[in-house]
Amino acid sequence: MKTVIVDARRLLCPMPVIRVQNQVKELPAGTRVEAICTDPGALNDIPAWCRINGHKLIETRTENNEYIIVVEVVEGD
Amino acid sequence: MTKQRKAVALISGGLDSLLAAKVIQEQGIHVEGINFFTGFCVEGHTHAIRQKDRSRPKRNNALWVAEQLGIKLHIVDIIEEYKDVVFNPKHGYGANLNPCLDCKIFMVKKAFEWIEENDFDFIITGEVVGQRPMSQRKDTMPVVARDSGAADRLVRPLSGQNLPVTLPEREGWISRDGLYGFNGRSRKPQMALAKQFGLEDYAQPAGGCCFLTDAQYSVKLADLWKARGEKQYEIDDIMLLKVGRHLRPKPHFKVIISREEGEGNFLHGYRKEYVALSTVSHAGPLALIEGEVDSADIELACQLVARYSQGKAEAQVEMDVRHLDGTHQQVSVKPLSSDAIPQAWYI
Ligand code: SF4
Repeated sequence: MKTVIVDARRLLCPMPVIRVQNQVKELPAGTRVEAICTDPGALNDIPAWCRINGHKLIETRTENNEYIIVVEVVEGD
Repeated sequence: MTKQRKAVALISGGLDSLLAAKVIQEQGIHVEGINFFTGFCVEGHTHAIRQKDRSRPKRNNALWVAEQLGIKLHIVDIIEEYKDVVFNPKHGYGANLNPCLDCKIFMVKKAFEWIEENDFDFIITGEVVGQRPMSQRKDTMPVVARDSGAADRLVRPLSGQNLPVTLPEREGWISRDGLYGFNGRSRKPQMALAKQFGLEDYAQPAGGCCFLTDAQYSVKLADLWKARGEKQYEIDDIMLLKVGRHLRPKPHFKVIISREEGEGNFLHGYRKEYVALSTVSHAGPLALIEGEVDSADIELACQLVARYSQGKAEAQVEMDVRHLDGTHQQVSVKPLSSDAIPQAWYI
């Protein structure tokens, strides 16, 4: 399965959400986007964005002070 | 079958835009939200940076509002285009560097472009006649409609009954009777309506939506422009204005000093783009120098930073200077005494 990395380090919310949103728009259903963030707000905001826009949250994890959020693109309308 | 009409609501994350969208949703319109990110939005930044604030649950209010309404939210980065609004507001600034009227016109104009591209029928905002001194007056609200190009496709459901009839009302897509006639600065009608809709836990009503309404922030931005000789900024500049103590010992440089660990971590992310100072012999803040400096300037900056370290009462404090080329230099300085720091240095 294809995974696209979005490097959102150092960006403050909502920029990480915007980066994920704009990347997801370009991708076909089933693709995964892995966002690497340093703003802990992304741990709330990206999952909230997924719920609102109908994309699937695969996982969130913390590694070395970085927050990694994996999203799967779901076919939109 | 009648066509399902669609509206986009400007969602700031505050109560008014939430209610406005809800009122139109209740009338059977398909509503989606749009939120513009200018870089100045108050949205959680100091929160994300400052350690002491981190324990409180943090949420993005615009996303929260969209979730409450069960609508999609499109967040649009307008950082670059917005600069012109901040630099040259045709209608001037408010009490601080907030160009509210031009800002509203710009956002509605962007929303209007968006509805045209996405085949939506009209725009909703949470504006209330008389709520804000500059952008929400009976005489300026029509200016927003006119200058944005949205004209009668702009609906303000909370004050609709006080304003001219709009296209969606005329066409019967929405009913004027289902709109409200709120007027003035009181927040009571909004709170009552929120209660009626069963909404609780919404963001602080009517709070300033951006840093440009903040007096201290505006002073720092004006100082930046003065030092650069022109109105100009990059996103990193306006983020850094939200963090730390800012002192300008000389016209050509300023020092940004972290006030606590979270800010130190944040400034640490910028240490490669600025001359960075940290204390070695004692616990102390991280500081960045903005501007072109020589060795005497660096020494003065070190003395200033040492003043905010645990070694402030000592004869000497060891400091590390990280230069722009990545080299490090150790210097030993005498911390400035508090009365050696003129009030005028504080921005
Ligand atoms: S407070 Fe800021 S975001 Fe809100 S209208 Fe004024 S300039 Fe625009």
